[in-house]
Amino acid sequence: MQDAAIAVNGLTKRFPGVSAVDGLSFAVRAGEIFGLVGPDGAGKTTTLRILAGILAPDAGTANIAGTDVIRLPERAKHALSYMPQRFGLYEDLTVEENIRFYSDLFGVKRAEREARGTELLRAAGMLEFRKRLAANLSGGMKQKLGLVCALIHRPKVILLDEPTTGVDPVSRRDFWRILYELLAEGVAILTSTAYLDEAERCHRVALLHQGRMLFCDTPANLKTRMRKNVVSVASTNPRLIRMHLERAQGISSLVMSGDGVHIVVDDAATRIPQFTAQLTAEGVAFESIVQVPPTIEDLFVDAVESKGAARG
Amino acid sequence: MNWMRMLVMAKKEVMQILRDSRSLMIVIVMPAILVLLFGYGVNLDQKRIPVYVWNQDGSQQSLDLVWRFKASEYFRVAAEVDNEKALARALDNGDARIAIVIPWNFDHRLQTGGRVAVQALVDATDDNTANLAMGYAQAVVQSYSANVQVAWMNQRGLAMQAAPVSVDTRTWYNEDLESSAFIIPGVLALVMSVIGAFLTSLTIAREWERGTMEQLISTPVSALEIMFGKLIPYFVLGMGDTVVAALIAIYWFHVPFRGSFGTLLASSAMFLVVVLSLGFFISVIAKSQFAASQIALLVTFLPAFLLSGFLFAIEQMPKPLQVMTHILPARYYVSVLKKIFLKGTPALMLYADLIPLAVFSVVLALLATRSFHKRLM
Repeated sequence: MQDAAIAVNGLTKRFPGVSAVDGLSFAVRAGEIFGLVGPDGAGKTTTLRILAGILAPDAGTANIAGTDVIRLPERAKHALSYMPQRFGLYEDLTVEENIRFYSDLFGVKRAEREARGTELLRAAGMLEFRKRLAANLSGGMKQKLGLVCALIHRPKVILLDEPTTGVDPVSRRDFWRILYELLAEGVAILTSTAYLDEAERCHRVALLHQGRMLFCDTPANLKTRMRKNVVSVASTNPRLIRMHLERAQGISSLVMSGDGVHIVVDDAATRIPQFTAQLTAEGVAFESIVQVPPTIEDLFVDAVESKGAARG
Repeated sequence: MNWMRMLVMAKKEVMQILRDSRSLMIVIVMPAILVLLFGYGVNLDQKRIPVYVWNQDGSQQSLDLVWRFKASEYFRVAAEVDNEKALARALDNGDARIAIVIPWNFDHRLQTGGRVAVQALVDATDDNTANLAMGYAQAVVQSYSANVQVAWMNQRGLAMQAAPVSVDTRTWYNEDLESSAFIIPGVLALVMSVIGAFLTSLTIAREWERGTMEQLISTPVSALEIMFGKLIPYFVLGMGDTVVAALIAIYWFHVPFRGSFGTLLASSAMFLVVVLSLGFFISVIAKSQFAASQIALLVTFLPAFLLSGFLFAIEQMPKPLQVMTHILPARYYVSVLKKIFLKGTPALMLYADLIPLAVFSVVLALLATRSFHKRLM
């Protein structure tokens, strides 16, 4: 891709005993939010660190805004912003001082800092907390401050490592709103997330597992690409449902959710009557059993489990 | 190297030091505490050693001898007792470091021209004090003995001088033989080890530990800018503390200062570069504040304390230790300090200390700049 803001090719990083990232390739356009999804240990953080120029890969290439971040990390750093998974700002400095520190490091002019800082703080709903020490902010506020500091110098590429983990729903909404507004400025955003519902807010997602990419597509395409069907059984006791249906025919995976069980099956039309009959016969109560559109979570769990099954 | 970014780093570091009460305490209070501690607390002169006396005789002659112990500035007669048990108990519980027993026939033997021995019991757990106490006791008794001898001969019409030969001593450089004058200049080396190595050893390790380093190294700030930005505030503080410690030494403890203040500042700056570089290097390799501070104390403070010649003269150390002291920057700095303060040696004659110090500062500063990379692994 010629106009890619982030271009990754054959990226590989091995740690003693494991391949954290294994031949990863993808590209992110300007104005796009790209999500890296996967469980812990999938290689999301390692990928982001390599792209941020703070970790050297063993093989592969990576370009950030046209600069080879592996050969010229210091030049690439002018164009990017990286927010580590762990809060990376100074807790003994105030909100304002943290913003000032990061904008000074990037050589942002005072007037620009004032204007941009105010605008970002307002969007984050944090204008009144300017003088507060970062240590005294809530988890959500800290993450939003991290984002403000990351955006103060108008980077072309933004790398976010699980930015909304442990963040309250209100702050999460603010966070995503700010991200969407940035897209209009032509920014490319690469974010990792453990929340699959959040992945659906991305333009495209890549599913990572053990350092390899399982799929990479838009959330909608991924869902249609899934040939299997998803059956949702609503129940007040999902555990019981799982116990009874676990060994039923035609199931490739089964995930419990708050209000029931999501079952990935080969064909919903034949399995729904079959499950209904079995549960009724075994005297297990349930509220409803219907076919639902697959979520990324269903897709992911199914992909990982069928891989595991193929290997095992 | 971008000066603006370096200043931004330095400014941030200063704000953090000002908000961290522990660091601030160390910077402000430590120099004064160390100088006062060593000025008052560590006294190698043994004066007023507590002594117990058991005078079995009780004659005028024996009281004369006891009076001489009382008059000596080296002894303090803590108590006079009349049995051995009391003496033993006093030595046991430390009320007395030395006990003097004057025998019951003391006066009689002297009157009849015989020899008499005065017994001294010494607590030798601290051999240094024991040696001094024995030496002082011997001196007191000998001078008394000489007097008795002269008086005895004069009585018999034999003219005799008190002491035909004597040594006339002049002490140079530390005229009053005050051990504080010998110790306090070296305290500056301790102050700098604490400010320089101990505090800086925390700076990089703290950023790793708190997770701020990961974000910092993803910005364009260079490794050198981070290093200088972090060290410059401590350099300024360290120089300030040196001046404060020197002023306390000169004006409070009246330690003579005979050299040039310029030489003091120049050599202090060199030593400060040494300890700052070491502290930074340790901080980079340790990555945890606790480990870093322990290593820093082990590598800088302890050698500065024990092996630099600060308290214990290097010439009196075992040969292997003497050889080892040559790789300790503190050794050269302490030597310079003592010469500047007490002897007023001009800078040109300090080359044997200043050249190694300069070499150490350059080598260690280079080592520090090479050690830190903006990479995770």
